[in-house]
Amino acid sequence: MENKVSIYDKQNRMSDNILAFLVQFCSVLAVGILVIIIGYIVIRGVPAFKFSYLVSVKSTLKKTFGILPNIINTIYLIVITLLISCPISIGGAIYLNEYATNQRFVKIISFTTEILAGIPSIIYGLFGMLFFGEFLGLGYSILTGALTLAIMILPIMSSNTQVALNAVPPSYREAALGIGATKWYMIRTVLLPSAMPGILTGVILSMGRIVAESAALLFTAGSVATLPTNWLTHIFSSGGSLTIQLYLEMEKANYDYAFVIALVLIVIVLILNYLAKWITRKFDVNKVD
Amino acid sequence: MDKEFISIKSNSKTKSTVEKIAAIIFTCCAVVSIVAVVSITAYMLISGTPALFEVGITEVLFSNVWAPTASDPQYGILNIILVSIVGVFCAILIGVPIGVLTAVNLSEIAAPNVRKILKTAIELLAGIPSVIYGLLGILLICPTIYKLERFIFAGSTTHQFTGGANLLSAILVLAIMILPTVINMTETSLQTVPDDLRTSSLALGASQIQTIFRVVLPAAKNGIMSAIVLGVGRAIGEAMAIMLVAGNSVNAPGLFNSVRFLTTGIVSEMSYASGTHREVLFTIGLVLFVFIIIINIVLTFLIKGGVDNGK
Repeated sequence: MENKVSIYDKQNRMSDNILAFLVQFCSVLAVGILVIIIGYIVIRGVPAFKFSYLVSVKSTLKKTFGILPNIINTIYLIVITLLISCPISIGGAIYLNEYATNQRFVKIISFTTEILAGIPSIIYGLFGMLFFGEFLGLGYSILTGALTLAIMILPIMSSNTQVALNAVPPSYREAALGIGATKWYMIRTVLLPSAMPGILTGVILSMGRIVAESAALLFTAGSVATLPTNWLTHIFSSGGSLTIQLYLEMEKANYDYAFVIALVLIVIVLILNYLAKWITRKFDVNKVD
Repeated sequence: MDKEFISIKSNSKTKSTVEKIAAIIFTCCAVVSIVAVVSITAYMLISGTPALFEVGITEVLFSNVWAPTASDPQYGILNIILVSIVGVFCAILIGVPIGVLTAVNLSEIAAPNVRKILKTAIELLAGIPSVIYGLLGILLICPTIYKLERFIFAGSTTHQFTGGANLLSAILVLAIMILPTVINMTETSLQTVPDDLRTSSLALGASQIQTIFRVVLPAAKNGIMSAIVLGVGRAIGEAMAIMLVAGNSVNAPGLFNSVRFLTTGIVSEMSYASGTHREVLFTIGLVLFVFIIIINIVLTFLIKGGVDNGK
């Protein structure tokens, strides 16, 4: 029999088929998990959802439910965190890409940035509680939470900015410097505008990270859900984000409310994800050439 | 001095001041990450070590009796450490094969439109907040595991039923949560494998699957190792997703035991702990931090090794 095998015959190996099946099966599993997650949240969340939840406050006395304070707190956290983190991480990325000459120093900075990226959020939470909350005396406040998150998103922001700066063709820099622009002038007027889409993508990814964060906020921003009485001093008061409220509802087994918040979170995450993709597509530097 | 007369010299002077200031500011920004890592390390050490000396290193790290609120308090965290190690190990065992095979599909086999769908799905999986994984873990995974538990331990008098909130459920949640990390890292490493290897293998008569599993995957070995290590880092640091899924009482790591991880140990008691109890919680944080630093160092070596092998 074996002598009859022709090289023109396509050999059908059992191992090939099994492996090929496993590869497809795992991919389907990965997509399936996402479909189940989103599907289940929609199925449970949509019937429980009322528009009034978005614009009212939770009250045990009146037995009403609302997540307006949590939405406001989340927005506060996003804005303040980005205000703190953007200048630092973009500045740092500019230094690494445009100024740094000492390779050793660059290596140390990228090593520490990698460590920052690997530190789990619960450790950030502990550090934020000890340093910003207790040492600097900010206590449980939105500012403490934002400062903690600002360190946490530093690696994402700075690596995205670095990639964006790297993508700017060297000829732009040379042309600007060649006609007499100083380095800072060149960075300000040529480099940053060209790298802006990439930087924006980083900002949006960071927003996603902030919205999704919970462990780092539990001991820093706390879990209070009341409407701000004063827009400015609100940053010094404790404020629970959407994720924290979701966790609290889950702990009390109020699953309907938990799914409403989960639905809101998923919608935000989907929108941010789409936005990031849209920006990348719309302002693709390589596409123009 | 005539103000109408603009000298290019004085102009360049102010310019160079601005330049210098800009350079200094950027340097300061870059140093922030170093300062952050140093101060986090310092704070973890300062807050985590006192309990080790107060209670005794062996009594904290190598005792498995955890009774911080008893009249004779015991602060043994051995069980918590073991649970984290066993849990993460099993999660890796389940998650990595699925992740690597999906990455193989993504980078080697899938048609462009399938690839696009897969890629989007994985990006979304990575973006889903961990509390949501926890929520679905409680409502979807725990009941299933509870059925399994009742089936296995039917008639058992010694087993403490957990209602599905046990180590096995937590492992499944963690295995799902590390998928995006493993897939992305593996895919990146597969794409750095030179095409020559693939074409040579195919030219020698190997089938596509043989090429992938005998040539491409071994060539990307270092990248896959990095993916595993990153997955370990992700799994060991996860807190909120497994908080309620793991059952949250301190037990030895058995698949159907209600257990507490390093992360959930901190979260569940930090709000009311005080004195030595609180210090021991910081020690748990320190243990976690040490694990993370080890993982990072291993990762750095792996990535370095990968570059050397590639040359």
